Amino acid sequence: MPAPLLELRGVTKRFPGVLALSEVSLEVYPGEIVALIGENGAGKSTLLKTLGGVHQPDEGSIQIDGKPVTIRDVNDAMAFGIGFIHQELNVLDNVDVAGNIYLGREPVMGGPLRLINRKKIHADAARYMKRLGITSVPTTARVGDLPIAYQQMVEIAKALSMDTRILLMDEPTSSLTLSETETLLKITQDLRAEGVSIVYISHRLSEVMQIADRVVALRDGKNAGGLSREQITHDNMVKLMVGRDIAFRTPAATKPGETVLEVKDLRTQRYPGQNVSFTLKRGEIVGFAGLVGAGRSEVAQTIFGVDRPAGGQIIMNGARLPAGSPAAAIEAGIYLIPEDRRKTGLVTSMTIRENITLPALGRYSSAGLLNFGKEVSESERLSRELRVKAHTVEQRVKNLSGGNQQKVVLAKWMALEPKLLIFDEPTRGIDVGAKAEIYDLMRKLAENGVAVMMISSDMEEVLGESQRVVVMHEGSISGFLDRPECSEEAVMRLAVGHHQAAAT
Amino acid sequence: MKQLFLKREAGIFILLAVLCTVVAILNPHFLKPQNLQNEGRLIGMFGIFSIGAGIVIITGGIDLSTGSLMALLGVQLAIILVEKHWPWPVAILTVLITAGLLGLAQGVLITRLKLQPFIVTLCGLLIYRGTAQTIAHDETKGLGVNTGFELLQKLTTGEVCGVPNQFILLVIIAIIMWVVLHRSVYGRYLFAIGQNEAATRYSGIGTRGIIVSAYVLSGLFGAISGILFAFYSVSISPASHAQFYELYGIAAAVLGGCSLAGGEGSIIGIVLGTALLQVLQNLVILLNIPSSLNFAVMGGVILIGVIADQLLKKK
Repeated sequence: MPAPLLELRGVTKRFPGVLALSEVSLEVYPGEIVALIGENGAGKSTLLKTLGGVHQPDEGSIQIDGKPVTIRDVNDAMAFGIGFIHQELNVLDNVDVAGNIYLGREPVMGGPLRLINRKKIHADAARYMKRLGITSVPTTARVGDLPIAYQQMVEIAKALSMDTRILLMDEPTSSLTLSETETLLKITQDLRAEGVSIVYISHRLSEVMQIADRVVALRDGKNAGGLSREQITHDNMVKLMVGRDIAFRTPAATKPGETVLEVKDLRTQRYPGQNVSFTLKRGEIVGFAGLVGAGRSEVAQTIFGVDRPAGGQIIMNGARLPAGSPAAAIEAGIYLIPEDRRKTGLVTSMTIRENITLPALGRYSSAGLLNFGKEVSESERLSRELRVKAHTVEQRVKNLSGGNQQKVVLAKWMALEPKLLIFDEPTRGIDVGAKAEIYDLMRKLAENGVAVMMISSDMEEVLGESQRVVVMHEGSISGFLDRPECSEEAVMRLAVGHHQAAAT
Repeated sequence: MKQLFLKREAGIFILLAVLCTVVAILNPHFLKPQNLQNEGRLIGMFGIFSIGAGIVIITGGIDLSTGSLMALLGVQLAIILVEKHWPWPVAILTVLITAGLLGLAQGVLITRLKLQPFIVTLCGLLIYRGTAQTIAHDETKGLGVNTGFELLQKLTTGEVCGVPNQFILLVIIAIIMWVVLHRSVYGRYLFAIGQNEAATRYSGIGTRGIIVSAYVLSGLFGAISGILFAFYSVSISPASHAQFYELYGIAAAVLGGCSLAGGEGSIIGIVLGTALLQVLQNLVILLNIPSSLNFAVMGGVILIGVIADQLLKKK
């Protein structure tokens, strides 16, 4: 085996009150893909940030090409050939592709004005985009107008343009569609073939199985073992991450009751030319699969009333729901757990208590004045029930992990009596342990007669939780699948636009 | 969050106390009842509309129109009281309704047409001032001639046991608004909207109506202060009456802990901020600093306050 390109020995990193990394070791060899797995809070992101120069280790050593180095900041990391694709994209929406790739390193023409050499910047940028197999996007396109996947490609191109030998990626596929994910995974393999090493974090184990040469697991900030190519299986990875076995899930077998929601010829603002009709019954979990942008979130938002419909009817328990009114939807028992927790699910700078009571403040007040005692006791009860990990309910939500934040969103609605709960990507960015808890909650709700509409781009989740699957494609429903016909292949065929009649 | 506010309020209170002590030592005239009484009047009048400014800022907006609004309302009040001889309760009601409607119009433009608060209220600032000048034919309007509104004059400029009525009114309004802002459902919604309007809307709360109400409140508090200022200054010259006062309000709110990004602030902070600004002005006069430096001193102190806060926050 060749010498490692990068070697970490005994790296420890402390944050106030937390031991984020404890004597972690990691080697990366030239031209390999290392998947870093672990539950949220296991220290994966901290480890990558330490490599990328964002954090400095308190103890331990880093060697590159066998020589000890100190990575003081991001510029140092780049100089050592380390590129970092963060979980949140760091692109400028209002600047074109070439401008983003060469931000801060723009080629200039001679002269005192230092004008940008437009010809060179676009030619160079196009070369790197081509290397990623992207020729359909002109380098003059504004990055904000591109789909998320392409924005990410721009970031990768930027890293490549800096002669990156080690590419660090923190959950690169978490906001990509299934087909975009495929493209990205293919690119990682192309880069490996060119000798670039990749260290990446993903919660999607099927991806890891597909591309990783090696798996390194972290648990509670410590090395929790590794797997070689042939050892990488779903069960082995889960075992390493949680330190115990978690069974592969199959949907609960509860009997659906009478119809709760009837959607008739609904047309959303985004796809005003497409009609959507379906019904949801008491006690069933219905998965809504499809590619991102298929219009699933728009349907959910229109039912919940935050978007106005372009046409059609929403009938809840036999009564027509007024259009465009979240208050009316909530009154009818319809609650939405939105896709973007931090933007629309929670007021993150407020406390757990304030978030939980927000939609139902009427219950915690008399004559318009708040009853703090009641707020505290109710929010404490709910966060205990949902096992939110926090010292007190006065903790600000932004300091919680993704899984705990999602539980707070759930607690918000549990205080009321849900009849229909719409989950939009319920476990995005949430670790395995918290995922299982959220699934259990979902099932418990269904058992108690709640209808659950679950929008998900995670195939494992769709197949593991749904009793019925509705697949959407470009604004319309391309098929309904009952439990026996559900398979990854069947869902994918419908998701990419084979309509049911043609598919069967 | 609460603790941060307390710290902030304690900080500004200490600053105020130190400033008062320094001024009192340098010029004992500061503590003379007449000076204190006048300070109380000014703090009362500036404090009331500053609370309105703070409420708008808490929702993440801004109201630049208040100074011009007070000029317009002052002119309106003088015309209907002195020239048209309306009964004063009717006149007061008319002024309040005018202010409420103008606030409503601004709020509706901001929430329905999604215009930026800065632009909408900047246009308000220009339009109200121009309207005031036009309906007054650019002449100074007086409230000195007493025919039928002596009681109103007494109420707006008098005092109880030496405490000026303007100050008493501020205390009453501040107590009510403290309860509203920090103990009521409506107050919680204001803060939630300022922090994250989308998430508040997704919780089924009618955020537009609440934002509109903040501008209406700002208008109403502007009207109350406007009436007090009109009687305090007796004559109203439409081109300069209450000019830049909206900036005093915004400055007081920001000094008192309101973040222009929205979602933060407290009534006590706003009132303390107002008091600090007024004592500063008093200091400029009492210490014989050329009054041309007035604005510069104020700007400097606000800047120092904000910088100190930013440095403390980082710790």
